[in-house]
Amino acid sequence: MTVKQRRRIAFVAALILASAGAAALVLTALKDNVLYFYSPSDVRAKNVQPGIAFRIGGLVAEHSVHHGANAGVNFTVTDGRTALPVSYHGVLPALFREGQGVVALGALDAAGTFDATEVLAKHDERYMPPEVVDALKRAGRWKEGQ
Amino acid sequence: MTGEIGELALCLSLALSLVMTASGFAGTRAEAAVARSVANGAANGLLVFVALAFGALVYASIVSDFSLLNVAQNSHTLKPLIYKISGVWGNHEGSMLLWVLVLAIYSAAIAASKRGGARLTSAALGVQGLLALAFLAFILLTSNPFVRLDPPPFEGAGLNPLLQDFGLAVHPPMLYAGYVGLSATFAYAAAALIIKERDWARAARPFMLTAWIALTLGIALGSWWAYYELGWGGFWFWDPVENASLMPWLVATALLHSALATERTGAFRSWTLLLAIASFSLSLIGTFLVRSGVLSSVHSFANDPERGVFILAMIVGAIGGALALFAWRAPSLQSGASFEPASRETALLLNNVFLAAAAATVFVGTLYPLALDALTGTKISVGPPYFAITFAPIFIALLVLVPFGPRLSWRKGDLVASFRLLAPALGIALVVAIAILAFTAPRTLFGAGAFAVAAWLIASSIVDLRARGSQALKTRALASMLAHAGLGVTLLGVAGTTLWRSEALEVLGPGETTAIAGYTLRFDGVKAVKGPNYDAARATITVLADGRTIAVMHPEKRIYPAEGQDTVETAIRTTVISDLYLALGDEREKGRWVVRAYVNPLAPLIWLGALVMALGGFAALWSHVRITRASDVAVAEPAE
Repeated sequence: MTVKQRRRIAFVAALILASAGAAALVLTALKDNVLYFYSPSDVRAKNVQPGIAFRIGGLVAEHSVHHGANAGVNFTVTDGRTALPVSYHGVLPALFREGQGVVALGALDAAGTFDATEVLAKHDERYMPPEVVDALKRAGRWKEGQ
Repeated sequence: MTGEIGELALCLSLALSLVMTASGFAGTRAEAAVARSVANGAANGLLVFVALAFGALVYASIVSDFSLLNVAQNSHTLKPLIYKISGVWGNHEGSMLLWVLVLAIYSAAIAASKRGGARLTSAALGVQGLLALAFLAFILLTSNPFVRLDPPPFEGAGLNPLLQDFGLAVHPPMLYAGYVGLSATFAYAAAALIIKERDWARAARPFMLTAWIALTLGIALGSWWAYYELGWGGFWFWDPVENASLMPWLVATALLHSALATERTGAFRSWTLLLAIASFSLSLIGTFLVRSGVLSSVHSFANDPERGVFILAMIVGAIGGALALFAWRAPSLQSGASFEPASRETALLLNNVFLAAAAATVFVGTLYPLALDALTGTKISVGPPYFAITFAPIFIALLVLVPFGPRLSWRKGDLVASFRLLAPALGIALVVAIAILAFTAPRTLFGAGAFAVAAWLIASSIVDLRARGSQALKTRALASMLAHAGLGVTLLGVAGTTLWRSEALEVLGPGETTAIAGYTLRFDGVKAVKGPNYDAARATITVLADGRTIAVMHPEKRIYPAEGQDTVETAIRTTVISDLYLALGDEREKGRWVVRAYVNPLAPLIWLGALVMALGGFAALWSHVRITRASDVAVAEPAE
């Protein structure tokens, strides 16, 4: 075996070892650290268990926003068929409005309320989160040009 | 009139890119000197006409010429001048034109440099011509910025206020200088394969370095902007758009190191070619992800499937073509350079293996959700925890090994001697780790480890530099020492901010206070303020420490009536050791506002480190140009 061949084998072996290591890391990480996106209807249909983190998207229901003490806020997210109560403690995004699209990250608590750790709204008047559009379409509540 | 000039210039540019492609490739025959001068002329002409088109669009935007659809949709008469200019690349059509302008600048630079011989330059111009042709066709067919609007409206629709910011005025050109700079290395690599030239890496090096510096600064600017403009106190969100710029950076960094070995000893010749192709491919994929509307973010200007398909076809063409060329020609460029297990080559090899693995994890995390959605309709998102598990350990392992690289000699190095020389740096790292464990709260082993690695990087750079004998050797080593120390500085900032940040969130009325990390914040109320094109709610918050007033800060919330949008303007007071970061939330009851405060220890070091890395890049560029110039004189290359 020449030096050149040995070197090439070493290189390929190192590359395979590194890719295997990276692949193992990637697979473990993907198993436990992926956030699914559900519409309120999905949450009911899939019977999502409390404590499992996911993202929810839909419209903020009209007259549902209530500010509590110390930066707490409660509102309802709806896809037109199903509504899900959400509680959140923090700064609301600038364009958070009743009747507008919203995406929130969090988990259900024991009472079935979505306890949000992060709330994102669209960031301009023309934009609607694509997941929200999709959720509304599936619920049959999407009008083109909306 | 401006529109007509711009459109005409674009059409002429398209014709010139065609000429450049044909004459560039024709010029690869040794006797075709005429074709080579035509290609050179075409490269310069391309720059002139693309610059003219770009200038026309900038002018139309400055004078608010709303007879152009693009200007009417993205500008506004009340917008400050700097944002009228930067707004040109704040939308899809203009940003694509900027892309081609940067491509034309690099083409003209390749034509002027003539490094690596006339045939290599000619072939590289041919490849650049092909890229310019594809992008110009894309602009003219799907994204023409000079489409007319008749009758013109009295007022424009305005620019996304998030983009009306100095950081974002300079971030895209910088990032493009990086992305498109990689097209130059790609062009040289493809040219080397076409004419079977083994020594192309030296000719491509200045472009490689320029691209890397620009990418480094561009990414840092984007991160800095996200930090002060989004009001979430974070500096990196593992957003697909951020990842799209990180992947080319990782691979370009690998390329810089691998090309060093190829240039010096002829090792890793095929691998270097592959990296040159891969880094530009990732730039193209980044452009596709960001611009096609596949991802939703401030960056995706339009959701137009036709454009997405066009860019996708360009990616497939460029990557597929280059890889086919590689498979066909690379075996004939093989080298036989040999080296020992303990050598600079092995160190560079490990560097490449780790960087490639790190880039691969980012690639999977970014594209897996898209693939899953396309194939099954399941919508998932991959967030920071994924990257903390995959990217972080690989990158930290790389950083631990970094200081050994520059200490090992080419072909055969002495590992024991390197250890002995770097021992003081190791000692400093251990002391730092113990100090962190002893004196900081909360106590984290991870934090101690991160600080130890950062101290190891910075200290070993200094130790190494001091050990270099002559001034000339010091100067040559300065580049890598700065770049590696910069990594350490950034790591300090990342670790400090991530592990020891304090956060406070309160609803405050006038006169009420809240405390954070030794500061007392007194809310003194909110005043309405009028800006040039926005209305702001401006808070006054007095910062007290030990009962004394140390600062008065003014976080704002702005409403842009023309665009119908709000933005948050944070107030940041920095001591470099830490940032006090205030953001104004929404008004909850009359006069009572949500106030969010962070204390981010060492945050400024994140971007300072990137600046130090870029300085390393400049040092490398400077010494490379100087050394090649000196050797050119010594060898006295025969005239053509």
